Amino acid sequence: MTETVASPASVTHPAPQWPQDRGCPYHPPAAYPRPATGRPLTRVTLWDGSQVWFVSGHAEARALLADPRLSSDRHRPEFPVVMARFGDQRTVDLPLLGVDDPEHNRQRRMLIPRFGLKQIAAMRPRIQQIVDTLIDRMLAGGNRADLVPEFALPVPSMVICELLGVPYADHEFFESRSRVMLNADSLEEIRLAREDVKAYLQRLVDAKRAEPGEGLLDDLIAERLADGHLDREELVMLALILLVAGHETTANMISLGTFTLLQHPDQLAMLRAEPQLVPGAVEELLRYLSIADGMVRVATEDVEVGGETIRAGEGVLIGTSVINRDPAAYQDPDTLDLRRSARHHVAFGYGIHQCLGQNLARVELEIALATLFARIPTLRLAVAPDEVPAKPGGSIQGLFALPVTW
Amino acid sequence: MSVHIDSGLCIGSGQCALTAPGVFTTDDDGFGTVIPGKDGADDPMVNEAVRACPVQAISVAEG
Repeated sequence: MTETVASPASVTHPAPQWPQDRGCPYHPPAAYPRPATGRPLTRVTLWDGSQVWFVSGHAEARALLADPRLSSDRHRPEFPVVMARFGDQRTVDLPLLGVDDPEHNRQRRMLIPRFGLKQIAAMRPRIQQIVDTLIDRMLAGGNRADLVPEFALPVPSMVICELLGVPYADHEFFESRSRVMLNADSLEEIRLAREDVKAYLQRLVDAKRAEPGEGLLDDLIAERLADGHLDREELVMLALILLVAGHETTANMISLGTFTLLQHPDQLAMLRAEPQLVPGAVEELLRYLSIADGMVRVATEDVEVGGETIRAGEGVLIGTSVINRDPAAYQDPDTLDLRRSARHHVAFGYGIHQCLGQNLARVELEIALATLFARIPTLRLAVAPDEVPAKPGGSIQGLFALPVTW
Repeated sequence: MSVHIDSGLCIGSGQCALTAPGVFTTDDDGFGTVIPGKDGADDPMVNEAVRACPVQAISVAEG
């Protein structure tokens, strides 16, 4: 009688499909593997039937995200295509998130000065003004609104436009293209949307070269394009990533964060009574909602972690939402507790790729959520909670619409 | 105890200054830095900051 060699996990354990839609918009899909089963690394099955490692353990995820043997380089032939709509990822130069050090480091260091804690703190008065203006407009418009287009999206969109030096007047154009890039199924449709935005940004860069403004793009043109640190194509792709990442993610956190607080009235009442809880509450919402639910890597060497061996060339999916609910890291992890220390969550990732805009996102969320509930104390859903349309699995998690009344 | 940030590794996440503001701050270029005079700080939050740093840029030497 021969003994079968133990592992891979799929031999003895089912490998559920990834991604899946969330049942409740603020909880991970019920079928995603949880670390409490004692297996922090399992496998999931992708759209094409292939399998990749799925990391659900908090300590294991942090170790892997900080490990240089895990690559983000989308050009590697073995880099997993986790959704059919990423099928052309090997042909697209994706700065920052799609490259490893030292290239990543060179790109990131050009951007850090504009995203530092102090630099972002200096933007607080302007962000407060934007938030107040949008709330004034909602209040003037009656007692009902769809919070997504009227508040959640324009706040970060206006802020990132000003930071980059992109005219907000063009927001409908790039917001519609960015929706296609993030949500469409057709590769061709996504490619065309990307080409549209690239052409727009190329024209913008050329216009700025002739007539400089005051945004980050203007700084990069003056300081980096001129001395050859950066070429026009790379600058345009950087601008595209910052523009898309800068508003879609925070917009989803504002809409889903508002929904989640409305569904937890005791927590919301506590937050209203104690405004000093706001920064910690934002951290807890980031942990609890984990809207960027799935980060992808490929191993370039064998890596041993969590009792398993990831072989060179194997794909790894970091399951953000279940990692941030690991009972080894957070007590009673499925409970929203605005008083807890949610420190060390991986909602912004971890390692060299940890979100560049995290300080900006924190400030936007603090101001947007605190001001919204302070100025509209009777804010409530205008429809039943299960009628609020949530985004499908595999995209940035959030809401398509959030009908509210007051 | 002495605290040090490797500026070559730092990615300007601000985690150190958020976690242990008594010891760390960020400079004009957005990078983490130890507050002058605090490099021997005995702040209990220093170890939390070490853990929070996404790129393990903070080192603490005892003594």
